[in-house]
Amino acid sequence: MNAKTEFEPKIIGFLCNWCSYAGADLAGVSRIQYPSNIRIIRVMCSGRIDPTFILEALKDGADGVLVAGCHLPSDCHYISGNFKTLRRVTLLKKVLQDFGIEPKRVRLEWISASEGDKFAAVVRDMVEEIKKLGPSPLKNMEVKA
Amino acid sequence: MASKKIGAVLVVGGGVAGIQASLDLADSGFKVYLIDQGPSIGGVMAQLDKTFPTNDCSMCILSPKLVATGRHPNITILTNTEITGLNGEAGNFEVKLRKKSRYIIEDKCNGCGLCAQKCPIEAVDTFNEGLDNRSAIYVEYPQAVPLKFMIDREKCIGCGTCQEICKANAIEYDQKDSEVALKVGSIILAPGFEPFDARLKSEYGYGRFPNVMTSIEFERILSASGPYGGLVLRLSDGEIPKKIAFIQCVGSRDFQLGNNYCSAACCMYGMKEAVIAKEHTPTKLDAKIFYMDMRSYGKEFDAYYERAQGEWGIQFVRSRVAGVTEDPKTNNLFVHYVEDETPKTEEFDMVVLSIGMQPPKNIETLAKNLGIKLNNYKFCETATFSPMETSKPGIFVCGAFSAPKDIPESVAQASGAAAKAMSVIASERGTQVTAKEYPPERDVSREEPRIGVFVCHCGINIGGVVKVPEVVEYAKTLPNVVYADANVYTCSQDTQKLIREKIQQHKLNRVVVASCTPRTHEPLFKETVQEAGLNPYLFEMTNIRDQCSWVHMHEPEKATEKAKDLVRSIVAKAKLLKPLKKPLINVTPVGLVIGGGVSGMTAALELAKQGFEVHLVEKEKELGGHLRTIRYLLEKDDDPKEELNALIKAVTENDKIHVYLGAEVVDVYGFVGNFKSKIRQQNGRETEIEHGIVIVATGAVEYKPTEYLYGKDPRIVTQHDLEEQIAEGAFKAKNVLMIQCVGARTNERPNCARICCGQAIKNALKIKEISPETEVYILYKDMRAYGFKEDYYREAATQGVMFVNYEDERKPQLANDNGGLKMTFWEPVIKEEIEIEPDLVVLSAATIPNPDNKRVAEMLKVPLTKDGFFLEAHMKLRPVDFATDGVFLCGMAHWPKYIDESIAQACAAAARATTILSKPTLEMEGIVANVNEDLCSGCRICEYLCPYNAIEMKEKDGKPIAHVIEALCKGCGACGTACPTKAIIMGHFTTEEILAQVKAALIEVKT
Ligand code: FES
Repeated sequence: MNAKTEFEPKIIGFLCNWCSYAGADLAGVSRIQYPSNIRIIRVMCSGRIDPTFILEALKDGADGVLVAGCHLPSDCHYISGNFKTLRRVTLLKKVLQDFGIEPKRVRLEWISASEGDKFAAVVRDMVEEIKKLGPSPLKNMEVKA
Repeated sequence: MASKKIGAVLVVGGGVAGIQASLDLADSGFKVYLIDQGPSIGGVMAQLDKTFPTNDCSMCILSPKLVATGRHPNITILTNTEITGLNGEAGNFEVKLRKKSRYIIEDKCNGCGLCAQKCPIEAVDTFNEGLDNRSAIYVEYPQAVPLKFMIDREKCIGCGTCQEICKANAIEYDQKDSEVALKVGSIILAPGFEPFDARLKSEYGYGRFPNVMTSIEFERILSASGPYGGLVLRLSDGEIPKKIAFIQCVGSRDFQLGNNYCSAACCMYGMKEAVIAKEHTPTKLDAKIFYMDMRSYGKEFDAYYERAQGEWGIQFVRSRVAGVTEDPKTNNLFVHYVEDETPKTEEFDMVVLSIGMQPPKNIETLAKNLGIKLNNYKFCETATFSPMETSKPGIFVCGAFSAPKDIPESVAQASGAAAKAMSVIASERGTQVTAKEYPPERDVSREEPRIGVFVCHCGINIGGVVKVPEVVEYAKTLPNVVYADANVYTCSQDTQKLIREKIQQHKLNRVVVASCTPRTHEPLFKETVQEAGLNPYLFEMTNIRDQCSWVHMHEPEKATEKAKDLVRSIVAKAKLLKPLKKPLINVTPVGLVIGGGVSGMTAALELAKQGFEVHLVEKEKELGGHLRTIRYLLEKDDDPKEELNALIKAVTENDKIHVYLGAEVVDVYGFVGNFKSKIRQQNGRETEIEHGIVIVATGAVEYKPTEYLYGKDPRIVTQHDLEEQIAEGAFKAKNVLMIQCVGARTNERPNCARICCGQAIKNALKIKEISPETEVYILYKDMRAYGFKEDYYREAATQGVMFVNYEDERKPQLANDNGGLKMTFWEPVIKEEIEIEPDLVVLSAATIPNPDNKRVAEMLKVPLTKDGFFLEAHMKLRPVDFATDGVFLCGMAHWPKYIDESIAQACAAAARATTILSKPTLEMEGIVANVNEDLCSGCRICEYLCPYNAIEMKEKDGKPIAHVIEALCKGCGACGTACPTKAIIMGHFTTEEILAQVKAALIEVKT
């Protein structure tokens, strides 16, 4: 199996352009430091995030996936994309559980353009959490296959 | 003799009102000079944490407007600038300006911020209200527009550090102030307000006690980007407070201070700050608000008030606070007040003063320089039927400078002022602006992807952490990358030239920039590639600064590794990018206005003044609507009858306006720019019209009470009935009792109807005028005489009108006692039931939605509020727009409102509509959904999900197929995500592109 070096999780972050991506930018502008494990992918709205993107990310080797959008109820710049995301991600987590994948690997957060600190805190927390969980079982599954 | 008109407008003040006015003008073909006294635009709204009643993040909703203003080709922003003189007349003014030095060459500074990091001098951070420090070289806030640094010369010691570090050579210590002269056709004043100086209310201890602060300081404390990262802390010891008092009306409704007016927004923001403070505090926080009247009169504000009391547990105490003292040991505060006629004292950890709005500083000099009149409070003088007109033709006003007001009203009035400013120079539309020309687009469809990667050092912002040369070398090894190099500043002018050259030299057909955030810089680079003949969507960007070097400053290795991953990932996406067309749609330059009241008529007239044809449809047999029932005004500044007749005359005599009376719009098809509608008149005649926009101005109606024996006794009337009686000389009563909130603020209709308090005061004053001996009682819950209406409230009280407060638990009782009316109510001051025998009972009946709203809403596919009024696109920043493009609203269809507010909104709707009608074709965003018809199963999920009604079903080979109306699609991608057969392709964010990006980001690279 893996060598005994400390496990560094890989996290994919799907962020909506208007609030969460802006929040991540603000973390930068405010020089708030957080672990470098996340790779951000920008979409216009969290409503664009297809559950299959999350699954594919896990399959491709991500140990965790962050989905972040504008705050409920009314911050979404496309009226209701965040609600759609809420439903989709909640469902997906149920399915993951059924397949024996820790639902905690997928995290849904509402982060506004002024919450740079929140974004950083979420990443920090996720990295910690996933370190505890260890590498994604889905990744191993693929390796065996 | 008329001098030549000039198609340019000067907008004074870069707050949200000035920004909105500028954008509307610039989008309608006029040149705009936007000046502000400070170093950046954004105004007070930029300082706010959240906004009521939706608790939206203020910066989130403002910053797209800031960016749009900063980038607009028709807007020139002049900061640190003041007016020094004015010549000329409406249509042709010459304005003299003084631009104070920034000590920075604006064209060279790219806002990288290195200078501020290295600057050794600390100065007070005024943006954070002095709660924090900044350096002597600074920007007001991170999202500032323009993002140009400035040197605070009072603090700067001239050490030369910034000059040494600035790679852009932008520092100029000996820069001089400059004088500028501009030619403009009209002027809009939006200088905003000055927050009240709380020191003047010395009894509240501001400036003496560290834990007493102003509401604006508190906004900064609440803000996640404020001094404490959004945590509520006491200034004295940094402890989290357990109990906060909010004191309302500090510097407002204060006769002694000379500020008798109400500042109109403080009740709501006080409540909001209490709510947000509770949300931001990890431990239990008690919040108590001391108020005189809770003036939550706006759209859905009372629902917020209800939630504040119930769900959020904020306590409300009706009392004017007498004073605040401090326990010097703990720095806790004692709030002294009177409740139930008993003096009380309560201890708090913190006190927030809800400070009012004052006219802007130095406003008298500005008024003198421009030759406009101020009112007795030194706000701008306006009149009911001309709310945007100053005393000087060609100069208009909007925002808090015309009267204290909140954000949506400032925004609406700003658009309204834009309409007025445009109509002065409508003939000159397009003369001062030049459309940008691009070379013909290169067809790259048969080329292999050839990607160029430009990696930015951003001074040392990126290069100081990320090993940029390594990233460049790595990029060169990636598939399809044929060129990669580093730049000091990729956004600088010379790099744009370089990018264009490299595109030619290396036959690049995809361009990637790895630098800062696409949110601010993508438009610039897209423009650059377009100038080099590439489709702008063949560009992508990845953020290795804000989301990499700045957040991993102490981990250069990991940051470099991450930067490589990000570049690899974005290159993988870039390889798949497809050129996208920005759909062009034709615009029929004709308006349709539904409703012929004061709002509808005003909107129609304003559109006609802009040169557009208008169809005005009114259900009744005559124009006028609600305004017909208004016989005199509270302010007495205009005669409503005369104004109504003048308006009707102007509308009917204008040959651009087609009026349909006794008519209804029965069908609307199409979308922005291209609507087709059917108008049916009562005589059965039907007319089909084509138009580019719709304005909904269907008004509202007076509630017919079922309470208080209304309809059962002629001595019980509504305010409208009373007004009619008075106007017709039929008023004789000697003992009048008015009851407020009839049919409003009830369980069934929880919200305030806004205008009844003003109506009651108006009629009470009129009664006192014509029959001074008549006794008048007004039984009220809160007297919501906001803004300058407070003056009339005071006057009524002075004239002996008796105001008695009632609570829901003890509603007044009316009985018919053997033919006499008997009114019983609780008098809270003397604490006794009182019985009087009025000979006239006047019910302040609510204004309720037009019953026809539902039909109109369904026809136009626009939403209604729970109460049944129309619901705009965004309660704060888009008050007269619907989410559906090309459909607007104004007047009482939106919410009950006074005449001046309806007129402002009507002009605003016209201005917003003009941004569409003034263009022969509309260029839509290219990022839209597309349907692969072979895969579509016609399940209609997308049609149902689309928040913009941009998907319609079309028959194809006998089965329904989804079809995207590109003009309506906003590119959110929700449909693509939901499509079970993956028939929907979301442009620029296709499934393949995103998955390629994911996959590439996760590839393990051996180092
Ligand atoms: S735009 Fe952020 S979630 Fe929709």
